Amino acid sequence: MKNLGLIIRREFLTRVRKPSFIILTLLAPILMAAVMFLPAYLATLPGDEKVITILDESYLMDIYDKGNEEISFKYLNPKDFDFETAKALVEGREDYAFVHVPVSEGGDPDFIARNIRVFRAGDLSLSVESYLERSLEKYIQKEKLKAEGVDPEIVARTKTQVNLRIINTEEGRETENATLAKMGIGYVAAFAIYLFIFIYGAQIMRGVIEEKTNRIMELMVSSIRPFELMMGKILGIGALALLQFVIWIGLGLLIFTIFTAVFIDPSLSSGTAVQMEGMNALPDNAAFDIYRSLQSIPFTKVLLSFLYYFFGGYLLYGALFAAIGSAVDKETDSQQFMLPLTIPLILSLIVILRALDNPDGSLAVWMSMIPLTSPLVMMARVPFDVPTWQLLLSMGILAITFFGSVWLAAKIYRVGILMYGKKPTFKELYRWTRYKN
Amino acid sequence: MIEARGIRKTYGSHQALKGLDLSIKEGSIFGLLGPNGAGKTTFIRILNQILAPDEGEVLIKGEALSGKHISRIGYLPEERGLYPKMKIGEQLLYLAQLKGLHKSQAKERIAYWLKRFELTDRVQTKVEELSKGLAQKVQFIASVIHEPELLILDEPFTGFDPVNTEHIKQEILRLREEGATIIFSTHRMESVEELCEDIVLINKGSRLLGGPLHEVKAQYKSGWYQVETEKEWQIPAGKNWQVEKLNAQLGGRAYRIHPEQNSRAELLESLLASGLIEFREEIPSLNEIFIQSTRNA
Repeated sequence: MKNLGLIIRREFLTRVRKPSFIILTLLAPILMAAVMFLPAYLATLPGDEKVITILDESYLMDIYDKGNEEISFKYLNPKDFDFETAKALVEGREDYAFVHVPVSEGGDPDFIARNIRVFRAGDLSLSVESYLERSLEKYIQKEKLKAEGVDPEIVARTKTQVNLRIINTEEGRETENATLAKMGIGYVAAFAIYLFIFIYGAQIMRGVIEEKTNRIMELMVSSIRPFELMMGKILGIGALALLQFVIWIGLGLLIFTIFTAVFIDPSLSSGTAVQMEGMNALPDNAAFDIYRSLQSIPFTKVLLSFLYYFFGGYLLYGALFAAIGSAVDKETDSQQFMLPLTIPLILSLIVILRALDNPDGSLAVWMSMIPLTSPLVMMARVPFDVPTWQLLLSMGILAITFFGSVWLAAKIYRVGILMYGKKPTFKELYRWTRYKN
Repeated sequence: MIEARGIRKTYGSHQALKGLDLSIKEGSIFGLLGPNGAGKTTFIRILNQILAPDEGEVLIKGEALSGKHISRIGYLPEERGLYPKMKIGEQLLYLAQLKGLHKSQAKERIAYWLKRFELTDRVQTKVEELSKGLAQKVQFIASVIHEPELLILDEPFTGFDPVNTEHIKQEILRLREEGATIIFSTHRMESVEELCEDIVLINKGSRLLGGPLHEVKAQYKSGWYQVETEKEWQIPAGKNWQVEKLNAQLGGRAYRIHPEQNSRAELLESLLASGLIEFREEIPSLNEIFIQSTRNA
């Protein structure tokens, strides 16, 4: 046991001191923040304006409608231009597109709608197309309302947005619904596990291959048992993963606090801030609602489950990554063995998208029991308050499989670390597990 | 010190050791010889408890080999390797601690050994920045840092220049003086003749020959003598000895003679009568024994 401690320490210290680790640990949250905030920030900047020239012969549109941040409407006066002259004029300019709204003899809005044409040298972007369609639909509707003798103003005034308050009546207590928050937490937690299994699993594998190629294995296993060497590496790198995770969370919160304090002007009401992000205004007590709805999320359960699945998944996959590393001489040879590990991980990531929508569906339930997928899938379900027996069953299965995978990996590892030269096959790996030591 | 009895080890269908017996005297330098693939490394791995034998037993000082012996064995593997990114000092400290040394004790020993090998000013150097020869020295230190009772050296001289080879040789002899038992595995026979008292030659997993070096050599004596005399020499009457004439080196007459068994005294007598200048028994080198016996096997 003393040796195990020494190995864990070495694996941890040599990696934690690497400049690459320090840079990645400090830089990743900043990059993440940039990825999250930059698009929002860029959207507020005046972008490349797309000028769309409109010849509206039916006087359908409101000439004060100047489009949005991206699209700028410019109107040609039908008294000065007909279709041919307008088109000729526009072709000489660098406008994004030219829209022709024709005149209808009988003033039939449907006729107008059918005959509006857009001219552009090249393909029209989807967002422009849908924005144009929405704008024109609005004006056509106005015409139709007028024809029916309804004042469009009344229609606009009476338009109401409904935000449902959904109460979860499960288990005798009534809690605010927080489906979105739960989905967010589930996805982020599951994705974090996925990311850490891949990043650190690969580190374990690379570490084992390095020890093989540097030919230090033989010396090491003359002092310590291969099992200790393998577990020391897995646990040492696991400690590194945990440290990095804690730093990321800490830095993430710090950056978020600073960002919100600096960039979101406190003088703006919450309503405006939300509108800036392109959502419709929430009711006045929105902030309070969010707070109340978060109370329905079982945070302690989520946190404890996260730690369990984070480590359970890491250990399960980490041991297998170590076994792969021991079986090959160079990283490029590891591809064929990686496949059985990558497939369940990527599959889980896909299943999660469905599990978040329907956390108690049979696909989600089954995949949260199967140990190779359970760390991700169950984690996505936990914020939705899974039945305790399911959680315990899944955890139990994971624990048993973890010991199984460590046992199996140790058997392959023990033989593999002293094998050089040829690339083994799956059949040979199986044979190795049956060797006596 | 070590008794190995009936060691068998099989990998799949390949029999690496087929019932190997050998015994190693305490405080001796023991030559473990054999061509590539003979089973030397398998046997060494069994001693190091990296592998367990399928059959047979190994006794160290009468006790069955077990985990507690690990810290008493030092090992210099043929495949040299250290962690390239670790500093020499750290590396040695880590390996010494894994062999059970306390930190303070390990540091003292490291300082002592680095001084012996004139590496003291390199303690902060990373292994990857060392020349191959220096890295080998560090590796040697790693194998002896915990003052093992049994030191296993697998091809210890590969990668060393003649000066360093001599240095390592002196260290090996000194460790033997201090009481260590040394197993010396190699196929470089010159160094075996210089260092080893006892040898065993294994081939294809079993023992071919072995024993004290001089006895092994005596067994392989061809019975030929090379002599030079002042005067012409004749085969004594009635003897049916084989004789070849050689070129004289010292101005006399030179012969290569194969007398009958137990006729050495008679040969000498007749030679003295012809004015003996030089008399030398042809003793095969270990290299010749090695090649001859593995070829026959």
